[in-house]
Amino acid sequence: MKLVAQFGRILAVCFLGELLAALLPLPVPASVYGLLLMLAALKLGVFRLEQVKEAGSFLVGILPLLFIPAAVGVMDLWDELRAMLLPCLIAIVPVTLLVMGISGWVTQKTRRLLKKETQNDV
Amino acid sequence: MYELLEAYLSRCGVWGVVLTLGAFGLGTFVNRKTGKGWCNPLLLGSLFVILLLSLLRVPYAEYRTSAEPVSYLLLPATVSLAIPLYEKWQLLKENTAAIFAGIFAGVATSLGSVVLLAWLLKLEFFQAVTLLPKSVTTAIGMDVAAALGGMAPLAGAVIILTGIMGGISAQWLCGFLNITDPLAKGIAIGTASHAIGTAKALEMGEIEGAMSGLAIAVAGILTAVLAPVFAGLLP
Repeated sequence: MKLVAQFGRILAVCFLGELLAALLPLPVPASVYGLLLMLAALKLGVFRLEQVKEAGSFLVGILPLLFIPAAVGVMDLWDELRAMLLPCLIAIVPVTLLVMGISGWVTQKTRRLLKKETQNDV
Repeated sequence: MYELLEAYLSRCGVWGVVLTLGAFGLGTFVNRKTGKGWCNPLLLGSLFVILLLSLLRVPYAEYRTSAEPVSYLLLPATVSLAIPLYEKWQLLKENTAAIFAGIFAGVATSLGSVVLLAWLLKLEFFQAVTLLPKSVTTAIGMDVAAALGGMAPLAGAVIILTGIMGGISAQWLCGFLNITDPLAKGIAIGTASHAIGTAKALEMGEIEGAMSGLAIAVAGILTAVLAPVFAGLLP
């Protein structure tokens, strides 16, 4: 019963996320509203961590599995992919590496710089 | 024989879920046996399903309908990414500036690269805007592509392949570029390769997973806001 209640709380947040996505005219999907609402609910003490933790950790743990049905959809799009194969390949391989590299490098550098500054202040 | 199979499958409710679980199980097994990063369970599992459906001539739409319960869990699973993030709240609060700087740099690089690519390869506008939101979660990316006049299903395919690419290369790339800070790794993975990359980040560690989950939401919203601006720079 405990897991059912936990799953119920998570679904209730999903429901509110879908409601916000339907009501607000912004290009933000239910999943992102839901993620922010769940964070707010935990932060404001609407739920305690242990009231969602087990069911939530299970769901997060099986995340890659959940993408299989959508990923298999690529099989119906071979023709479209082939029509613009080169731009797709460049966007998927080198651009992804570039984005990851720059994002990680900037985060690491900024964090170290700021840390050094606060140490100098002391 | 194919007709018989199709008639049976249309009456059998659970085959899509069973096939998905079986393919993922097989993918995980091969991943453990080989220990190779590119033998990613999601990539292998999806290839197994594609192979089997093609061999048995079962249309994708039928598999999709039958596997619906699996996709249904995506929303609650994405919402649950708030849980590891909440557990690392202190770390988030102490590093807000670095986190936002990193995500912003990544989003700008992603959008800017596609604009550059469009100029270099002389892409049509509808092709370029299809690629524009490639690094963010499918729910946001497909909407952004459609709103700008791109092809939403192809945008979805590119987004998923980008995620798989990010998951496969994360460990190698961070080592290669000497990105050792777990917080920076997580931000990088989530910004470049959304929830599929985040699955890999969660394997790498608690901090990596939490920060990658945060980056999905922030990079997604930032892309939705900035994509129309970058679309204005297209040829």
